[in-house]
Amino acid sequence: MDNDKKIELLRLMFTILYFELCVQEYFTKGHIPGFAHIYVGEEATAVGVCAALNKDDYLVSTHRGHGHCIAKGGDINRLMAELYGKVTGYSSGRGGSMHIFALEIGVLGTSGIVGGGLPLSIGAGLHAKLRNTSQVSVCFFGDGASNQGTFHESINLAASWHLPVIFVCENNLYATATAFRDISLIKNIADRAKGYGIPGVAVDGNDVLKVYEAASEAVEMARNGKGPTLIECKTYRHYGHYIGEPGTGYRTQEEINEWIARDPVKLFSDYLVKNRIIDRNGILKIEKEVKDAVERAQTYAASCKFPEPNTALDNVFA
Amino acid sequence: MREITYLQAIREGFAAGMRKDKTSFIVGEGIAERGGCFGHTQGLLKEFGPERVLDTPISESAFTGMCAAAAACGSRSIVDIMYLDFTLVAMDQIVNQVAKLRYMSGGQCKMPMTINGVFGGIRSGGAHHSQTLYPLFANIPGIKIVLPSTAYDVKGLLASAIMDDNLVMVLEHRALLNIKGDVPEEDYFIPLGEASIVKKGTDVTIVGLSFMVHHALRAAEILEKDGVSAEVIDPRTLVPFDKGTVIESVKKTGRMVVVDEAYAPCSFASEIIAIVQEEALDFLNAPIKRINTLSAPIPFSPPLENYILPNPEKIVAAVKAIM
Repeated sequence: MDNDKKIELLRLMFTILYFELCVQEYFTKGHIPGFAHIYVGEEATAVGVCAALNKDDYLVSTHRGHGHCIAKGGDINRLMAELYGKVTGYSSGRGGSMHIFALEIGVLGTSGIVGGGLPLSIGAGLHAKLRNTSQVSVCFFGDGASNQGTFHESINLAASWHLPVIFVCENNLYATATAFRDISLIKNIADRAKGYGIPGVAVDGNDVLKVYEAASEAVEMARNGKGPTLIECKTYRHYGHYIGEPGTGYRTQEEINEWIARDPVKLFSDYLVKNRIIDRNGILKIEKEVKDAVERAQTYAASCKFPEPNTALDNVFA
Repeated sequence: MREITYLQAIREGFAAGMRKDKTSFIVGEGIAERGGCFGHTQGLLKEFGPERVLDTPISESAFTGMCAAAAACGSRSIVDIMYLDFTLVAMDQIVNQVAKLRYMSGGQCKMPMTINGVFGGIRSGGAHHSQTLYPLFANIPGIKIVLPSTAYDVKGLLASAIMDDNLVMVLEHRALLNIKGDVPEEDYFIPLGEASIVKKGTDVTIVGLSFMVHHALRAAEILEKDGVSAEVIDPRTLVPFDKGTVIESVKKTGRMVVVDEAYAPCSFASEIIAIVQEEALDFLNAPIKRINTLSAPIPFSPPLENYILPNPEKIVAAVKAIM
């Protein structure tokens, strides 16, 4: 990867970070309705995977999906407007945080059902295969979803049909409040790939370049008709399962501190400085630009109109 | 015109839709080489090839969601779910995903997807292979529901369902598979949402759903001998529902009996009755009656099964009670 691209990845990671902090602020103030699950601490996973994708590749996301949309090239103005329930949002205010669709960049939806996206992801893969395009489909899901039946059904089907799908498990160690170690006898979810006859690889999900490397290999395989890969990214969310979760007592402060010390944005910034790809001032400049852009997105979203109430029945059917 | 079975007409309906759109494909269990568990997909593999006629593992959630996303991306997909009971293991995908993707996306995608399934109580199918579940789906916005009751209808309605840009469930009562009817050889498409007046009459309107249309016709014959002229209506499509045809008939006859194999609470019969009382109450000369399956899981033993299912005698009794 060339240095410009690396700097671009850092910018995307900052965008996700500051976007999510902004969402947290305005959600807490009561400006953003509904629920919101933020992605702070997991930025390297979305950015590393999406760096290996083309604009027309497909992506299926989760309830914690803002980061995936941004990493895939989403417009933060339209994204923020959707979170506000505004007519200018990606789904014209019909979806909200957990139902963001951006077909123009291949995003087939964030999702409110844990494990609900796995079957969808293989459908995008089948579509690409039947049309003989070289597109691939990426499915993000969490450690929680890896215990859903759809995980088994979808990976097995994609494997046996050699569908161009990359299954990316974001293992942030907790399925809402339940530790993965308490509900599974295996250490690596990636090991389950053996049961489907496909490659499985566990990577440090906080190292954007490691994630990118694993994703590139999987994408290359998928594009060449060699079928799916299961990538497990070990990562951690710095905040609660959702904004406003009454405490995360199921995690020790010591554990949280350890992971914050390995914050992916900080790790990558240090790497870039150490390798003289960018200096600290350069990073501060990017941070400032990103913060400004996020602030503009928030101002934009807040100023946009709500949909007209009498359009609520539009698009139930085509 | 040539006479063929309903089963054969299903095959021709699939083929008609799949010929019309080359991006269409069908998935299901044992639908390719075997030709479907009822023989209803025979010939599709030969005509459309293995890329468009795909045998799946028994993974209803996975292949239902798969077809939804393929449809959202622009392919036209068909799921053969076999028994309607099996939709229950794919319910999250059908209700939370397929029915809502277009809406949740603010209209960014269409959902050209068909789910074909066989349902109904007959010949001891038992509690897991007999259920009449369409009221569950009729309660969910975003799903069209078609219940063809004749060989002619199933070919033309199935072909139209496949070409529709929304999720359409085409549901066939198992008792219909071997009935025969006149069916043109060429492909044709019957618009969704148009009821059919199967028999004209003046004294009472009997609305029958799917196979219940045939019970209603038998009941009408019996009633005719007793001097009661029954009009029999087959809605053919539940969603969208052609309420105009039903209301016009009730305005003429002043009496209605609805026959629906679903259980009475929240059945589609209940919905039809609600519509009629909202729009034609003043024309009614008697309370509306409904005939449904009695509320127990479908029993295996033939006398028990017969006891709880609707039949022509129950319809005759209901009509006589309101005359």
